[in-house]
Amino acid sequence: MNSVETKDVHLYYGDFHALKGITMAMKKNQVTAFIGPSGCGKSTYLRCFNRMNDLIDGVRIEGDILIDGVDIYKTNIQVDDLRKHVGMVFQKPNPFPKSIFENVAYGLRVNGTKDKKFIEERVERSLHQAALWDEVKDKLKKSAFELSGGQQQRLCIARALAIEPSVLLMDEPTSALDPLSTAKTEELIHQLKENYTIVIVTHNMQQAGRVSDHTAFFYLGELVEYAKTKTLFTNPKDQRTQNYITGRFG
Amino acid sequence: MKRYFHNLGERIIEGLIMISGTVTSITVLLIVFFLFKEGLGIFSQTPVAEGSVISVHPQNPVQELTANEVKEIFDQNITNWKEVGGADAHIQLFQIDDITDYYTEEQIGANFEYLPQRLNELVTKDPNMLAFFPEEYLAPDFKGKRVELAKISLGGFLGGREWYPTIQPAVQLGVLSLILGTLWVSLGAIIIALPLGLATAIYLAEIANPRVRNILKPVIELLAGIPSVVYGFFGLVVIVPLIQDVFGLPVGETALAGSIILGIMALPTIISVSEDAMRTTPRAMKEASLALGANKWQTIYKVIIPYSMSGISTAAILGMGRAIGETMAVLMVTGNASVIPHTFLEPVRTIPATIAAELGEAPQGGIHYQALFALGCILFLMTLLINLTVDFVSAKRKENR
Amino acid sequence: MAFGTTSSQHKSKKRSQSAAFFIFRLLSFSVVAILIVILGFILIQGISVISWDFLTEMPREGMTAGGIYPAIIGTLCLVAGSMIFAFPIGILSGIYINEYAKDSWFKRFIKLMTNNLAGVPSIVFGLFGMTLFVNQFGFGDSILAGSLTLGLLALPVVIRTTEEALKSIDDSFRIGSLALGATKWQTTSRVVLPMAFPNIITGLILSIGRVSGETAPILFTVAAYFLPKLPNSIFDQVMALPYHLYVISTSGTNIEASRAMAYGTAFVLIMIVLLANLLANWLRRYFGKKVKMN
Repeated sequence: MNSVETKDVHLYYGDFHALKGITMAMKKNQVTAFIGPSGCGKSTYLRCFNRMNDLIDGVRIEGDILIDGVDIYKTNIQVDDLRKHVGMVFQKPNPFPKSIFENVAYGLRVNGTKDKKFIEERVERSLHQAALWDEVKDKLKKSAFELSGGQQQRLCIARALAIEPSVLLMDEPTSALDPLSTAKTEELIHQLKENYTIVIVTHNMQQAGRVSDHTAFFYLGELVEYAKTKTLFTNPKDQRTQNYITGRFG
Repeated sequence: MKRYFHNLGERIIEGLIMISGTVTSITVLLIVFFLFKEGLGIFSQTPVAEGSVISVHPQNPVQELTANEVKEIFDQNITNWKEVGGADAHIQLFQIDDITDYYTEEQIGANFEYLPQRLNELVTKDPNMLAFFPEEYLAPDFKGKRVELAKISLGGFLGGREWYPTIQPAVQLGVLSLILGTLWVSLGAIIIALPLGLATAIYLAEIANPRVRNILKPVIELLAGIPSVVYGFFGLVVIVPLIQDVFGLPVGETALAGSIILGIMALPTIISVSEDAMRTTPRAMKEASLALGANKWQTIYKVIIPYSMSGISTAAILGMGRAIGETMAVLMVTGNASVIPHTFLEPVRTIPATIAAELGEAPQGGIHYQALFALGCILFLMTLLINLTVDFVSAKRKENR
Repeated sequence: MAFGTTSSQHKSKKRSQSAAFFIFRLLSFSVVAILIVILGFILIQGISVISWDFLTEMPREGMTAGGIYPAIIGTLCLVAGSMIFAFPIGILSGIYINEYAKDSWFKRFIKLMTNNLAGVPSIVFGLFGMTLFVNQFGFGDSILAGSLTLGLLALPVVIRTTEEALKSIDDSFRIGSLALGATKWQTTSRVVLPMAFPNIITGLILSIGRVSGETAPILFTVAAYFLPKLPNSIFDQVMALPYHLYVISTSGTNIEASRAMAYGTAFVLIMIVLLANLLANWLRRYFGKKVKMN
């Protein structure tokens, strides 16, 4: 079953044609990785799925994007409802200047949850899921800024999980982390795919190979090749994919 | 349903925020509207003093006089009708106090009850008479010719040198001396403040270590925070007597005192704006200069100052704007004589000080009141010009980056 | 020229640098000296006048004796009134400019107008306040009219302070909140504003200091020459510290005799500004430390 599906998506920044007719589908409970050189459009494409591109002036999007079968650019879609359904983790950990607990509870609170007990349970569960609980259970009231970079990123993952999205978008989630934290995060991604559909943008091809089931290669705003990760890395069909994988540009 | 209210709340807040965002714009437009509505009224007024009549013999060919001509006549500088377009005859001046030269008290009446009648007689008797008297003594069947005063013209208003808004019989509303006084004092302030401010900005931006900066910054902030009336008071009790002593003047309230106080008041603006400009000099540019063997000082005057020139000029213009608009301090130390200044050691009068000093006494809606609003318009336009120049310069600067 | 030797050219280069730096340092410290002279003079002359009675008594004997109690209360009323008006509108307006407005001609227009309003001379605010609030709205010379006029004057400062404070908040916090399904207002009120709060509050305190010393805007909208009683409603006239200082130092019944009163009034005005500045600096340091700790 497809969790995210796009049909002929074009995106323009003013006059610049940034995405050129992208059609692809991402399967439920699988990890899909987007790779490609900087400026190829992979992050821009990812940000279409929770309409983060709406925040940029002068962006125009054509084509259909369906999440769990719903066209998310239809006018009757509430963008904040959509974002509750599609969580996102960013390149740089960006916890709020609040306590660890309040960071995870934030999504619940802004969505109108008032039940204290429910929030506590959900925060604990999310921290467990993000493999952070044991490290922070004694200092939930402390500022999130006291955590290390890797812990902060897992806190951001927990924060996204707390509102139970069905799709989790990750925009180069380990690029600001040290190798040990990166390994932990990758392990976490592995565990999370049981319950979530994950789409991850990465610069790091090894990472794509390690964590993803499918990989898509983008180049100059086009989807060049999309296949099972193993197939793409061992037997690319397109010359450009091969050049990228073997390090001839990028 | 919950969703609906949630969205409604969001819309209401958004609306409120948007409305708040427009408050400043609305205020500016309202300021322009009210200021100009009152101020432009002056150009449909005749400059005759409130409730007074100027009148001549019915056969006198003179129809209209300007305010200045009336003043010259009453000052005895014009004594012949020929000079104002009439016949070659001496002007026989009459003011209400002169009535006893013509009539006895009995003829006037104990309560001036026959006065209107007598005035009527006077004006119709002497063909060379120019009479000026209060409107209340105007007879119902008055046979003399009331002289119209020329309406106040824009040229006369801006170019006139004399500002006597309450003088009898015709008010003199020339603002040239006030405009020049304002510019004169402000220019003096900038001459004093610019070198001092610029030096401090350079010191803060490039030379001072963080510890000294941390002392200087709050000092400058505090300097900006002292109320103008306190500056004025300080000027009044310290600087004015000092100037009087040093230059041996009869009065110490001079343009110089105003310039010194305004210069101090303009310092914080000049320092912070030009320091900000210098801080935006790209690091690479400074390092390139240093790498070529220039020392710090050479880098400052060959790279940093030229690079931040537009910011420095913005600082000077803004400082000038602050000085032009400043009211209380100037009012208290410049002596407020409405004459065109020739040196810094004479009293001057600025536009804001004039408004502050006179508005309280000007009857609402009268010619004096409107003239003060017209002064407000001039002041507003001066500062608007300055602000737009600054906006333009800084927009240009951003473009060039 | 061998590397390491000291040429005469090098020497003169160095000399001109030290001379220039010396002059800059001298001029910079003369700015400090100016402040010290002004503050020192008024504080020293004023301190001997200050007493409990001076602060809590009505002026007497043609304002040559007694205290400045009604002027203190009047200024407090005006500051409070203007801030009630200027804070909410100014903060919301700053939020509009930095968070809500799209980059369009409308935003540029609003920013231009805000800048221009900031440059409008205070006496023009006085003229405007008199025509609109005193005459047009029929408030008469009153606390209400004076507060609104002062509030308008403070508005650009509050807006700019808010704008600057919001600008310094990294976009990643906004995006992080929006990505969790928070609405724009939730993001602004729960994440952005609390982060910008220290800077906003510091700016607001400084603006309180400014407003309390403004004279020209209140001349024709509220300030009373001599009114030895306290206001009963917002439609009453009041005395105010800055106007009182102006009156007794230039046009009182007996200027020489009221000089001591003038020093005392100037002292109180300076203290208000000084306290506002100290508080603002202390808050800056306090919040600065807190951020560093994080």
